[in-house]
Amino acid sequence: MSPVLSAQGLQKSFGAVSAAADVSLDFDADTVVSLIGANGAGKTTFLNMVTGYLRPDSGSIQFGGRELVGLSPRQITKLGISRSFQMPQLFNTMSVRENLLVAESIATADDPEAATDAALARFELERYAGQKAGVLPEGIRKLLDVAMALSSRSKLLLLDEPTSGVSADEKFAIMDVVMGAARAAGVTVIFVEHDMDIVARFAGRVVAFYDGGIIGDGLPDTVLRAEEVRRYVIGEEVPHATA
Amino acid sequence: MKAAAVALATLAGSIALALLAPQWLVFMAMVVLAKGIVVLGLLVLMRTGLVSFGQGLYFGIGAYAAALLSHRWHVSDAAAMMVAGAAAAGLVAAFLGLLLARYREIFFAMLSLAFSMILYGLLVKSAALGSTDGFNLHARSFFGIALTAGTERQVFLVAGSVCAVVAALLVHRLFGGHWGRLSTGVRDNELRVTYLGASPYRIVYVNYLIASALAGFGGALAALAVGHVDPEMAYWTISGEFVFIAILGGTQSILAPFAAAAIFETLRMIASQYAPNVWQMSLGLAMLAIIMFLPGGLWTLTQRWRRSA
Amino acid sequence: MSGILTVAFDGIVYASWLFLMSAGLTLIYGVMRILNVAHGGLYALGAYAACSLAGAWLGGGLPAAGSFAMLLLAAVMVGCIVGPLLERGLLQWMYGKEEVVLVLVTYAVFLIMEDVIKLAWGVDSMLLPEPYALPGNFSLAGVPYPVYNLLLIGMALVTGLILAWALYRTRQGKLLLAVIHDREISMAIGIDVSRIYLATFAVGATLAALGGALTAPTIAVTPGIGVEVIVLAFAVVVIGGLGSLGGAALGAIMVGLVRSATVRYWPEAELFSIYAVMALVLIARPKGLFAAQEARKI
Repeated sequence: MSPVLSAQGLQKSFGAVSAAADVSLDFDADTVVSLIGANGAGKTTFLNMVTGYLRPDSGSIQFGGRELVGLSPRQITKLGISRSFQMPQLFNTMSVRENLLVAESIATADDPEAATDAALARFELERYAGQKAGVLPEGIRKLLDVAMALSSRSKLLLLDEPTSGVSADEKFAIMDVVMGAARAAGVTVIFVEHDMDIVARFAGRVVAFYDGGIIGDGLPDTVLRAEEVRRYVIGEEVPHATA
Repeated sequence: MKAAAVALATLAGSIALALLAPQWLVFMAMVVLAKGIVVLGLLVLMRTGLVSFGQGLYFGIGAYAAALLSHRWHVSDAAAMMVAGAAAAGLVAAFLGLLLARYREIFFAMLSLAFSMILYGLLVKSAALGSTDGFNLHARSFFGIALTAGTERQVFLVAGSVCAVVAALLVHRLFGGHWGRLSTGVRDNELRVTYLGASPYRIVYVNYLIASALAGFGGALAALAVGHVDPEMAYWTISGEFVFIAILGGTQSILAPFAAAAIFETLRMIASQYAPNVWQMSLGLAMLAIIMFLPGGLWTLTQRWRRSA
Repeated sequence: MSGILTVAFDGIVYASWLFLMSAGLTLIYGVMRILNVAHGGLYALGAYAACSLAGAWLGGGLPAAGSFAMLLLAAVMVGCIVGPLLERGLLQWMYGKEEVVLVLVTYAVFLIMEDVIKLAWGVDSMLLPEPYALPGNFSLAGVPYPVYNLLLIGMALVTGLILAWALYRTRQGKLLLAVIHDREISMAIGIDVSRIYLATFAVGATLAALGGALTAPTIAVTPGIGVEVIVLAFAVVVIGGLGSLGGAALGAIMVGLVRSATVRYWPEAELFSIYAVMALVLIARPKGLFAAQEARKI
């Protein structure tokens, strides 16, 4: 099966900082992949290039047979790639229900109301339906952000640090809801994460970034135990072999 | 249905005014209607998060288009003039909107002001259009039906009311549903709108067109009320009046522009009688007071009364 | 050849006037994020104050040359009295609000100032021709020009240089630049942002009043001279990029030259030409020529 998303030779630098140095990655359909790496390693840059927010200096990205480089974020969204944000991007003066309704009405022609009800149920947001998005607790704002992204009938869902800013006891619960909804909708999920417990629990594959390049790619168990990953991403002290 | 009831009440009221009220009141009602329609357009823009400081541009275009029909092309049908006013404004907006829809906040506000002042400058320098004196217009028929002298304004009042009600209902319908939510979405978070697959640029453009056409229609109506057009109709102070009325009314209800316009014109009439030299100062002070104490406009007062009732 | 020379000179004179008008506006926006519509009112106030002060000076039989100093004094008085009054008395309570709301506030202030001027000075026009006529004329390519225009160019240059030096070479200036860059961080590291706002507004107001005071001898001073000025100044500032002093200078030169060429070869299009320049620049660079870079939002 051909990969649903394929990137080749991506280069991106901001002045002297190399955020992407010849990055090539393939993603298969119906998988859950986690991108990890220290801040500035290039994971969010990768996300931003896929979604059209940034343009790579060189390289190409294919999705469903289309070249993504050069397309606007709006065009890329309409192709079926949607994303959630580190800081939830919501319509703060509108209610949760209205937020979802906007998303559904843009995404689909028939019965956005029903789709909204389904989304509220899927993401367990029914009790917040009437509240204004601006006054919600952070975890619920995160959920809403993802719910709006999933609403666009997406085929590929990109999550940018879905549990950042969420209290430790809520993280797993929120990811359970998100992953359950994604699985039910049959979308491929790529999520950027700093919390290795979340990564270990929910990812089927882990890609580790460092200094614009990839230093690990494979099963969570393997990658999270690799020496380079432990040193540069997780931050553990790795005992040196004595000379 | 509440909307239908209000619409009928308005129409009944305007017919009553037309039949019973003295000329000066009919005239004032027409002006209130004209300005209310312009402010309705401002409301559309404000829902999208934009404030235009230059609706005088389209108000002036609408007025002059109507007047030119009479003056230049000897068309003296009021209905044609009203349509011409809206159409001319819409045509210009179709062009200017392409540029302006890229901007937000103060850029949008000041650019719209700049364009209205361009029109003002052009009108003042144009001897063919009467320069600062302007010129008159006469409407002798409405939809082909000849009007008897002395009843013109009454007819225009009722016609204007019908149009205002229709416009208000259309805006109400449009903004009560998906388009209204989209516009609010643009106001709240453009980034999100883009990443949901819609185009904030297009949404702003369309709303700009609607607001401008409404302002053009209002201009034509005002021209018919006064019987005269001059460059002052595009001057920045009139754009400022529209903004003031919009803030006075707030954006909660489509009735607000008209109610606020009525209050404004009444106050203006009183001020011109007793304190003409401090009119602008009073406006300025009132604006500051509203911004500081009633940011939602006077309409929020009615909400407070309803809650306490 | 003489045609081009006169067009160029006229352009530079107009550009000098525009720069004096716009420098204060762009400075206040850059530091405080307020588009000060009352700028036009301060301009008018400066003009009226200049007429009164210089008029009183000359009326008292004092040496005519001193009337120039009176112009400057009028500007400083307006800027340093009305400026702080506005900032401390009104604006400082409004800082949290959105930019458009602040524009509405300054707009309201402008309306109030218009009537205050009318109440104080009446609606008849005031004339102050002496400072303009006194230095006499000089000849450029056979065309007589008032020496006053050279004064104007000189003032613009001096003002620009002083502002640039103050901003980029002094400690206070660097603090100002820090606040322009990021208000929150500046507050966090202990910069007294409140005092900087006050100082900036006073300087900006003085510049506006200076523009009015220097213009007063060349026109009939009437209520309403403030309006066209605010729109023109905004156009210049937008071309250069809001908050950029160099941008204001470049924008002033561009607009000045284009306008003077238009006035000579196609007079009806004068106002049009200015905004056409603005529209063209904005189409190419939506935020103006030297607009500040925006940081990544997501």
